[in-house]
Amino acid sequence: MSAVPRLPGGTRASGWDEPADLNKDPALIPDPATTEVPAELRKTIEEAMARYPERHSAAIPALHAAQELHGWCSPEAIEQVACVMRVTPAYLDSVASFYDMLEKQPVGRHSIYVCTNISCSLRGADALLAAVQEQAGEDPDFNVRAFECLGACDIAPMASVDGVYVGPLKDEDVPQLLDDARAGRPVLPEKQLATRLVADPNANSKEFPRHAPEEGKP
Amino acid sequence: MSELLLFKDIDEPGLNTLSVYEARGGYSSLRKALEMTPEQVLQQLEASGLRGRGGAGFQMGKKVSFLPQGSMSKYLVCNADESEPGTFKDRELMQKCPHMLIEGIAIAAYAAGADRSFVYIRGEYVLQADVLDAALAEARQAGYIGDRVLDTEHSLSLVIHRGAGAYICGEETGLLDSLEGKRGNPRLKPPFPANQGLYKGPTLINNVETLSTVPTIIAMGGEQYAKLGTETSTGTKLVSVSGHVQRPGNYEIELGIPSREIIYGLAGGPPEGHEIKCWFPGGSSSPVLLPDDLDVPYDFDSMAKAGSMLGSGAVIVVDDFTPIVDLALKVAKFYRHESCGKCTPCREGTNWTVKMLERIDSGEATPMDLDIMASVQDHIIGNCLCVLGDAMAMPIGSMIAKFRGEFEQHIEQARAREEAALVGAASGGGAH
Repeated sequence: MSAVPRLPGGTRASGWDEPADLNKDPALIPDPATTEVPAELRKTIEEAMARYPERHSAAIPALHAAQELHGWCSPEAIEQVACVMRVTPAYLDSVASFYDMLEKQPVGRHSIYVCTNISCSLRGADALLAAVQEQAGEDPDFNVRAFECLGACDIAPMASVDGVYVGPLKDEDVPQLLDDARAGRPVLPEKQLATRLVADPNANSKEFPRHAPEEGKP
Repeated sequence: MSELLLFKDIDEPGLNTLSVYEARGGYSSLRKALEMTPEQVLQQLEASGLRGRGGAGFQMGKKVSFLPQGSMSKYLVCNADESEPGTFKDRELMQKCPHMLIEGIAIAAYAAGADRSFVYIRGEYVLQADVLDAALAEARQAGYIGDRVLDTEHSLSLVIHRGAGAYICGEETGLLDSLEGKRGNPRLKPPFPANQGLYKGPTLINNVETLSTVPTIIAMGGEQYAKLGTETSTGTKLVSVSGHVQRPGNYEIELGIPSREIIYGLAGGPPEGHEIKCWFPGGSSSPVLLPDDLDVPYDFDSMAKAGSMLGSGAVIVVDDFTPIVDLALKVAKFYRHESCGKCTPCREGTNWTVKMLERIDSGEATPMDLDIMASVQDHIIGNCLCVLGDAMAMPIGSMIAKFRGEFEQHIEQARAREEAALVGAASGGGAH
């Protein structure tokens, strides 16, 4: 059966580009007796379910945890989550296919999201993405992808490297960025968002008061 | 701006910890609120005139008052999914002053009678979610969150819920579905979340900045807060300025100051030799404004009167070196990617808009396409469950209306270029 080409460009309507196997029986809730789930993962998922009034709410945290363990939301990972959560794999598949951060294909273990939305692209994000893609090359360790607005337009153009925001990035920064990520070092420490002060000159240009409430103030 | 409310000493080292926050008078507003009745707290919120800082600008006090009375379980959900392109103010607040948000949630939940609360934070904000988790643990330990808050009858649980990357989950009903563990598809309204929201219970949903403002309102009094800003847009607002400006970043302004003051005064304007071509006053979903509009006061009603909206307070500045077709394509592609696909006008409309813009670039378009494209936008607006489609249709429509000449020129130039290439290929082929 050939794939049905519909809505290219990453629509969320899942299944449009994959034909269904009509000869396959629907997957049921996995049997705990025959499904092996790593103890650590089971514990994480059970704790997540306990946090909410309704266990389904734990779907995203549980899939996150399984993805961390397996590298992506593989059929095996989904099976394990389904077993602990007592839901069908199809239900979890519907969730996993909706969200950009849940991977439905095997990917490199270091994720590099380059923001290519408006503010970043106005400041050269498309060239930056091309540079990262070129220099990361075919390295299977990297999962380089263009991402929609990551909410850090003040450091545009920027990227999120394994969850750490860095910017503003120049093409020259790319080799070190990749080296740091590969070696598991803090990525471009002087360019990390965590250390950046608020741009507001009224808020950050003065001496901070001592840690005591001023008199007369509530 | 004489006084900073949200950004006061925001970069003070350790402000994210309970000890520094308390030493600065933190959580005294919660104590004050718990000595009042929930109705009195609500009165303060209503008197403040505080309008939602997430995008819609709905009065927060009124929203709280919509929740039904009674002893059923009620929920408070903080929308920290901040994904509107150009917006990054909530990130700064959560990272640097998480306890202000937690205190605001505790006060608002008390006023609304909610006993369970959630922060839905976008999955990309790893650092900010970690900071919030740490702050929540401290707040729990100190008795600000949990059973019998500060030994009163009021109890409140709080869960930090991390999303997984979807713009639509910033839409309140999409967020609720996502929080319930489903695909983040928006719901039909009514019923509104105030009546039937999370787990079908009455739910109050507010943005991070809105809730972070609550402790200030309780501390200074609603009426005093209402004196700031304009009559219908009270208080201060965080604006995120980005794009072609010299000092991009977050600034706290008093609502109603001229927009020029934000773009040129605070953010330094475009780099030397560049002029402003257009600017988005409230994120990529707001219709673009022109340099002529720079003197429009930056508040909810003035922006609406100027044909745009204040939205989330994200000012994106675009300089005169940027082709408008490129900008439109960037905007349209984003909404195509993020459309959840539930409603046809949005799913198909965003897709067709991208295709038509690409035709312009490849020299296949005619000026008539602009009218078709504008009509596609008209057919999206108001015809879907949520406003994601509208959020593309409004800026694209405004770009076509305001830069029609440039669109036509782009169409002509691309056609001429393609024709020349064809002729060149034909004559080149004939020589052999």
